[in-house]
Parts: sequence; C-alpha cells; structure tokens
Amino acid sequence: MSFKTNNKVVQWVEDRLPLISMGHHTLYEYPMPKNLNYLWNFGSLAGFALVTMIVTGIILAMQYTPHVDMAFNSVERIMRDVNNGWLIRYIHMNMASFFFIAVYIHIMRGLYYGSYKAPRELLWQLGVVIFLLMMATAFMGYVLPWGQMSFWGATVITNLFSAIPVVGESIVTWLWGGFSVDNPTLNRFFALHYLLPFIIVAVVVLHIVALHTVTSNNPLGIDMKGPQDSLTFQPYYTIKDLFGLGVFLILFAGFLFWAPNYMGHPDNYIPANPLSTPAHIVPEWYFLPFYAILRAVPDKLGGVLAMFGAIAVLFVLPWLDRSKIRSCKFRPVARVFFWIFLLNGLFLGYLGGKPAEGWYVVASQIATAYYFFHFLILLPVILPMIERPRELPSSIHEAVLKS
Amino acid sequence: MKKILSGLFAAALGFATVPANAAGDAVPLPDYEWSFDGVFGTYDKASLQRGFQVYKEVCSGCHSLDLIAFRNLADLGYNVDEIKAIASEYTVEDGPNDEGEMFERNAIASDYFPSPFPNEKAAAASNGGKAPPDLSLMAKARVGGPSFVRALLTGYEDAPEGFETGDLSYNKYFPGHLIAMAPPLSEDSVEYGDGTAATVDQMAADVSHFMMWAAEPKLEARKNTGVKVMIFLIIFTLVMYAAKRKVFAKVH
Repeated sequence: MSFKTNNKVVQWVEDRLPLISMGHHTLYEYPMPKNLNYLWNFGSLAGFALVTMIVTGIILAMQYTPHVDMAFNSVERIMRDVNNGWLIRYIHMNMASFFFIAVYIHIMRGLYYGSYKAPRELLWQLGVVIFLLMMATAFMGYVLPWGQMSFWGATVITNLFSAIPVVGESIVTWLWGGFSVDNPTLNRFFALHYLLPFIIVAVVVLHIVALHTVTSNNPLGIDMKGPQDSLTFQPYYTIKDLFGLGVFLILFAGFLFWAPNYMGHPDNYIPANPLSTPAHIVPEWYFLPFYAILRAVPDKLGGVLAMFGAIAVLFVLPWLDRSKIRSCKFRPVARVFFWIFLLNGLFLGYLGGKPAEGWYVVASQIATAYYFFHFLILLPVILPMIERPRELPSSIHEAVLKS
Repeated sequence: MKKILSGLFAAALGFATVPANAAGDAVPLPDYEWSFDGVFGTYDKASLQRGFQVYKEVCSGCHSLDLIAFRNLADLGYNVDEIKAIASEYTVEDGPNDEGEMFERNAIASDYFPSPFPNEKAAAASNGGKAPPDLSLMAKARVGGPSFVRALLTGYEDAPEGFETGDLSYNKYFPGHLIAMAPPLSEDSVEYGDGTAATVDQMAADVSHFMMWAAEPKLEARKNTGVKVMIFLIIFTLVMYAAKRKVFAKVH
C-alpha cells in the first residue's frame, strides 16, 4: 500500500520532492509490532513535550531580558503583566519536568525490554545524546530566572570543571566569561538555551530515522516476521498515542493549574544574591540521582568522573549486556535486577535531595557503587554465568494468539 | 495493561515527591485553611483588603513591595477612584523635568509601591545590619508559603531557658529560631474598617493572605482556566479511549 495519488498537483510535487510519500511512509503505513504495551507511548510523549517547550520558550524569549539586573523582574513581568504570561511560563516550567518524566520512563522501557541491543545500538546511543543535550538545556534554562537557586546552581555546576587537572581553572573562567558567574554567563546561557533545543530536534530526527530503519522493539523482544506480526502506524498507533497524550496532559494539567511550583524550589523566588548562599543548594528533581553520584565520591575530580561516567556507561551498554535475549520477560534473573536497579536509582534521587551528611553519605556511596556494579559487573560478567533464559515464542503473532 | 499504566503514574508521582525540601530541623507548620486552597479556591477580598491595611500600616515601615503597582489593587476590589486616592497618599520621585531636576510628586495608579529605604545598604543600616526582605514574592519564596508567613507572625515566644537571643528575637517557626525582626504585630496594631477584631492571629492571617495574592496575583485565573481545561481533557481522553478500543477491536 505504497503512496499513490490521482491528484495532478500532488503528483507534480511528488515527482520533484517526495515529501508527501515520505510523510505517508513514516506516519501512515510504517509497520509497528502489534503487541506494544503502553510503555511504548512515551517516545511520542517526549516528542510532544519537546515541541511544547520550544513553542512556549520562543514566546517567553520575546518577553525575557537576559541581564543580571533585569532577568528576575522580567520573569515576574511575564507572570503579572504579559497576557497569559503566567500560563506560558508555568507550562514551560512544568513541561520541563514532564519531559524528563517521559524520557526517564522511555529509557527504563528500553532497559527492561533490551531495546538497546543489535540492531538498535545507534538508535539507543542517539537517545543517550538527546538525554545529555536535554540535561544541558534544562540546567541552563533553570539559570535564566536568575533566582538564588539559578545563581548558586550555576556556580556549583560550572565549578565542577575546575576539577580537571591543570587547565580546570582556566576552563571555568572561560565558561563564565569572567571570574564569577555574572552577566556574561547569563548571556551565553540564554543563547545556548535557545540553541540547544534545535540541536535536540536534529538528533531526534536522526533517532527517528534510525528507528524507522530498524523498526520498534516490542515486549517480546523478537523481530517482526511478516504482516501478521504488525499493524500500520495509522490508525492504530496514532489513536493509541493520542489516548496516551490525553492521560499525560491530564496529569500535567493537574500540576500546571493546581501545583505549578510543586516541582520547583522556593529559593528561586528570591533574586540571585552572590553574597548570600542558600542553606542547601539542590538541583531540580530530575538531576538528583546524578547529583547524589557526584557527591558520593569524596574526591572532586572523582565525583565529576563518576557523574559523567554514570551516563557514559549507558553509551556502551549495548556491548556490556551480552545476553542475546532482548526482553526481560524471558530473562528471569535480569528481570529481578532491573527492578533493583530502578529502586536503586529512585533511592539515589532521594539521597540527592538530602544534605551530604550522616548516613546519607554512606548510603549514596553504596547506591553509587551498585549503579556501576549493575552495568559493569552484573550484566557483562555475572548474568551470563547464572542466567538461563526462558524459551522465546516463535513469532509475535503466535504469542498474541496464545495470550 | 491497566496495571502497567497505574504503576507508571505511581512512579511518576513518586518521582515528583522526591525533591524533599531541605529545610533542616523546621518545626511543622499548623494546618491552616485558606480560601484560595483547593480546586476552586479564590481570594477573599475582605481579607485581602484587611491584609493590605496591615501591610500599609505595619509592614511597609521596613518592607518594600517592589513588584506591586497601585493599579494592581483593583484585584482587591478597589475601584479606580479608591486606587487613585490610595496612590495619592504616597510620594514618588520623578524626573528629570525640563530644568533637569528630579522632583517629588504624588503617586498615580501606574506607579509601583515606593520602598521605605533608598537602597539595600540604608535598609540594612536602619535594621541592625540585615535588610528586611521585599514582600512581593515572600509567600512563594519560603517552604510552606503563606502558612509559613502566618505561622512566623504568630510564632514569637520566649526563648527556652539557656537560649541566647542577644539583639534578636526567638521565633518558633523561623529556621534556627533567631530572627532579626522584632514581633511586628500586637493586639490592635491596626483598626479594621469593617469592624473585624484586630487580634494578632487575625492580622497575621489577613496579611499572609494579602502576601499570597501579591506573590500569585493570577491564582484565580489559573484555577478557573484549569477547571475548563481539565473538563476538555477528560472528554478528549475518553473519546480517544473509545476510538482506540474500537480500532483495536479487530486486532487479534
């Protein structure tokens, strides 16, 4: 059912620029496994969040002033005097969190069902690149309102680079554009915060091209073998994605309209003051697990390496997990350790929100060690020795009929 | 399928509760009820006006309210003439005029509330070295929000034995308990026009209410819009769910 038309104008365009058939191919006839569960909704939800962030962000940029003396008040002007400015700004604030919620679930889905394994290694790595770019964008965006957490968060995070031997201090000065976080820093963060989302869009396009080359994984982790295993994207997954979007937006609207500051931090409603440090400098919730890893290592450089290593390890995951079986459905041991890994990650998030003192420090160290143990020892060394995977069904179609 | 879905939402919400506020050894705040709480919450205009009176007659001696203009008082139920009258009680600096001189004039509706001190250094110098913070966003800038402000204003008590306060005051709810602000409210600090008894509790409740409005003036529009959006989203989602069921009914 490839693209055909009787319309002469469409055919004329089509002969010169095959845009319509490309759209038809990717959004209409593209074959998806017929057994996808709702965890496969989160990719499109993340895409929706990205578009929302860009649209609201461009509108905010029309009203925002990136200057240390005016940034804070320009945000308050948006909240008070710009028509529906409060709505645009709260959407931007809360959708940032919901973007991360969608992406974290999307990543966890990939981990559970082995979506990173051959032939999807590049697809997975492009995803990790998107995740990194998102973190950089979110961090710089949080600096823009120039509240206390903006300023001190920026100070703490940029200072991490001073841990690099020999050139660290110079790099930090270069990042700041001066000798402390100041107006040049705010200006460049604004410029980069505007730029990076479009780079994310570019990588998302690559992510989708790669996806459409290798097609979606599915809960069984076995390949589609023919039309009996698949459904066309339209109408099946368009409608399922729209239903998922509705549920996602209901939850989002709950926060947006009734608890818009719940996921933020009160200190960021205090204008930035370089002379007064907040009692506890805490990043946004979506950074907390990595913040916990950073602080778990007593050495500054070691902490920075551990934090970046926590993401770098995802990059090489396709080669660390040596099992040929993709889905944890057929991996009785890996499945148990997946849930332990997830709980450990949530625990790290909890610890990242606590001050680095008392038992929190020791717990962070243990949880950090476990994080790396999972990827570096458990998956490549221990699981291949002890796990006997269950037998895979011969086809998706057969498995669906049986259930 | 439903299990996975509900599990996900639980996980999402669990994530959301992670940013534990690092308030340290804060005393739990009393569980106040506010008219602006809840799905349909709105501000109580009478309380806002009383709260504004408390700000004007007590707080504004030391605390600025930089983000609020006189025109914003329309939200409190004042009409244009009343706002003009309130503004005209204040003088603001304007200029330069045609001779190049700065001059003082009565404030008009579009002016912002003038600060009690010319700059932060002056504010600090007049207040024992610590400048009183601006109150525009106070109700959003502290853990607990308006309830924290209200608890703080009623939380002054004698320091426990052996607790050195020096020039500072002891407050049950202030982090660390030592606060530079002396107890600002006492019985009948103001005389309410509507006959409400001006107890410390009442004034604290009113001025916290007022500060919540100052911090979040669009709260009513937000909740109002939210109800409409939510109704739309629920209908949209139900229709999509029905359509999804129908489309997938033929799949085996």
